[in-house]
Amino acid sequence: MSITRRKVLGSGLGGVSLGAVVGTTTLFGMSSASYGSEIEDAIAAFTGGSKPGSGRISLGTPQIAENGNTVPIKISVESAMSEADHVSEVMVLATGNPAPGVVTFKFTAMSGKAAASTRIRLAKTQDVIAIAKMSDGSFFQDTKSVKVTIGGCGG
Amino acid sequence: MAKPRVKVPKKASPGDVITIKTLISHKMESGRRKDKKTSELIPRKIINAFKAQFNGATVFEAALEPAISANPYIQFNAKVSESGEFHFTWLDDDGSVYEAKKSISVG
Repeated sequence: MSITRRKVLGSGLGGVSLGAVVGTTTLFGMSSASYGSEIEDAIAAFTGGSKPGSGRISLGTPQIAENGNTVPIKISVESAMSEADHVSEVMVLATGNPAPGVVTFKFTAMSGKAAASTRIRLAKTQDVIAIAKMSDGSFFQDTKSVKVTIGGCGG
Repeated sequence: MAKPRVKVPKKASPGDVITIKTLISHKMESGRRKDKKTSELIPRKIINAFKAQFNGATVFEAALEPAISANPYIQFNAKVSESGEFHFTWLDDDGSVYEAKKSISVG
């Protein structure tokens, strides 16, 4: 659903400046159409500008988190995990938190399996993004929406 | 004081992928909370990095941000081919280093 909406927005505002796009995002509030420049910048810094593909990585989150202070998340990436072909890093971003960064996992061939779990804070209902960086320089992304009933982060 | 707790299987067969669970007690003060009495911001103090090594070689690392919950829990995997010792380190914003060690016998 988010993808369709982004496409619609993207084509509709094709000729309009970036500032206007950001403005639209603010207008929608929690809309998942576009995540704003901070998120885009964080993704670009991680991928070096290349666009992540879909598949291979899976991000597991609860659909509804009752307590935003501890939301269990799980990532796993399909990979042989050999010296030549493995997952080198996985970055997790929270699009609706005061700061987008959550965690970056670094794997090696000795990890055996590119999977990790942790518990994170989510300030409100939002999308969580996980991007995997493979040893060959390709990127894969998965996005999950989490409904948060009581937000984390201060308050 | 941060107290680490780590779960590593005691035995494994060569080539096995084992699951390691780590938990460390830490408030993970995000730097965005306000003191209720003085309404001043409580300064950030989190564990910002975690590293797992096996016989001196790095197996897994994590860079943590304030969006990680209090008492950070991290679960990951490791492939073991020989007996040895896992060495876990957590780095605090204030420069403190918390450590834990666990041995595993493989064979």
